[in-house]
Amino acid sequence: MQIYLPIAETSVNAFTLLGVGGGVGVLSGMFGVGGGFLITPLLFFIGVPPAVAVATGVNQVVASSISGVLAHLKRKTVDLRMGTVLLIGGLVGSIIGIWFFNLMQRLGQLDLIVQLSYVIFLGIIGALMLQESLRALRRSKNPHAPRRKLHTHNWVHNLPWKMKFRASGLYISVVPPLLVGVGVGILAAIMGVGGGFILVPAMIYLLGMPTKVVIGTSLFQVTFVAAFTTMMHALTNYSVDVMLAIFLILGGVIGAQIGTRIGLRLKAEQLRILLALLVLAVCGKIALDLLLTPSEVYSISIPGRF
Amino acid sequence: MRGVVLFILLGMLSLLPARAEEVIVGLSQNRVSLTVNYEGSEILIFGAVRREAPLPDDSDLDIIVTIEGPPMPAVIWRKARRLGIWVNTESQEVRAAPSFYAVAGTAPLSDILSAEADLTHRISTRLAIFEARGPDPRDAAAFTEALIRIRQGEQLYQELDSTVALQRDTLFNTRVTLPKNIVEGTYTARIFLLRDGEVLNEAETFIDVQKAVLERWLYNMAYDRPALYGLMALALAVFFGWGASALFRFVRS
Repeated sequence: MQIYLPIAETSVNAFTLLGVGGGVGVLSGMFGVGGGFLITPLLFFIGVPPAVAVATGVNQVVASSISGVLAHLKRKTVDLRMGTVLLIGGLVGSIIGIWFFNLMQRLGQLDLIVQLSYVIFLGIIGALMLQESLRALRRSKNPHAPRRKLHTHNWVHNLPWKMKFRASGLYISVVPPLLVGVGVGILAAIMGVGGGFILVPAMIYLLGMPTKVVIGTSLFQVTFVAAFTTMMHALTNYSVDVMLAIFLILGGVIGAQIGTRIGLRLKAEQLRILLALLVLAVCGKIALDLLLTPSEVYSISIPGRF
Repeated sequence: MRGVVLFILLGMLSLLPARAEEVIVGLSQNRVSLTVNYEGSEILIFGAVRREAPLPDDSDLDIIVTIEGPPMPAVIWRKARRLGIWVNTESQEVRAAPSFYAVAGTAPLSDILSAEADLTHRISTRLAIFEARGPDPRDAAAFTEALIRIRQGEQLYQELDSTVALQRDTLFNTRVTLPKNIVEGTYTARIFLLRDGEVLNEAETFIDVQKAVLERWLYNMAYDRPALYGLMALALAVFFGWGASALFRFVRS
């Protein structure tokens, strides 16, 4: 069954869409990742214009993180003060990202920029995930292997404008969290992702936040930045497709529930290797599209349409 | 059905003023609605030739049918390898290119249409596209050819040689398939009557392609009231995201 997407102005197969939403939902339920970094490139592959895929992907991020952030707020595992600082950075980053996104669209280079950012970031995350899961696998076989120190004093602790973050037990400068927020906001606007994959490691390793507040605080920031970015895309380039979003969200929420059940039963470490390989495969596919001689070197763009 | 059509056509014939040969045309549908499950549609174009004088026997009668979607400006990009990756490097603007163009005839176009008649009436696909004046006209042709090639691949441009059936030099019909990826707007169907490569008579009729009610409403809202549209998108995300997990919690407990 084909469905007509009113903003993308093209038809796509409804089951393919539900499959993309559901499949990524299962993965996100299993591994506790947002999945935006898989949904957007998969949408390119099925023929959704990149501008629509990015703006709609970021709308889907709101849906996939809202129930998580509510649960964490109830359990009081959100550092609201840190979350707010990250959020302010995120909003600034989102505005910068949207400006850059619209500039590139005018110059006819948007598809390239989106594809390049995906190759770079999927490559980095995939490689890190693979390394991390291989290390975990080795550790489970050899429990005496040296562990990594979680909290170290580094250059971050010598910057000005220090602020007390009671929930995290930190007294650090607001500059690093603001900058981290800006970076995540830019990625949200250009790539249509939540940015948890950058935010979580930055919070743990760079800011030294305790793990019990990391997930809740990152979800808090991601939800609001994604909501703001959705609004910015809707206001500046009209590329949010509600019809597309509904199918992705429906597939995603059902998939996430199934994924959570599967994740409870299976050994996560081996599966994490598979997820890492999947991320690298998507990265490789986009990279090949950029590297190999295309069958058609010409393309058409219509001003004011996607 | 065919009898009724014929009857109506003959009725129409008798109402027209006298001329040597004249074309009368009908369409199977004047409206196409782009609904949620739109997968393309087939339009039947049929008609008759009205004639006062006896049928000339020194030349053959030919019919050409074109259907043209709303013309739009376009930018055609060409990629080149830069630092190892393929990047859009050069572009050529087109002042107006039909978003859809199908041309069908009783025989291949080159056999039945003279170059002058083509220039006057802009019948062939190449002439339906209005190029912008570029700095390099020889290269501009490559860009326009690419536009035609890409859109032919998407079934947006169709050259349907010899698909118009003409019976007893009077009745004709042809079918044109509108693909799933057409844009909305007024589509113009033109029917040309030709002898010896020259256009004797032409007729025009229109097809209204519209998004269906819900799609139309969403599209208008996205462009006319983007703030409201954005808030609606967020409300849906919150509703489904939170609602679904609440529902699953409820089911589990």
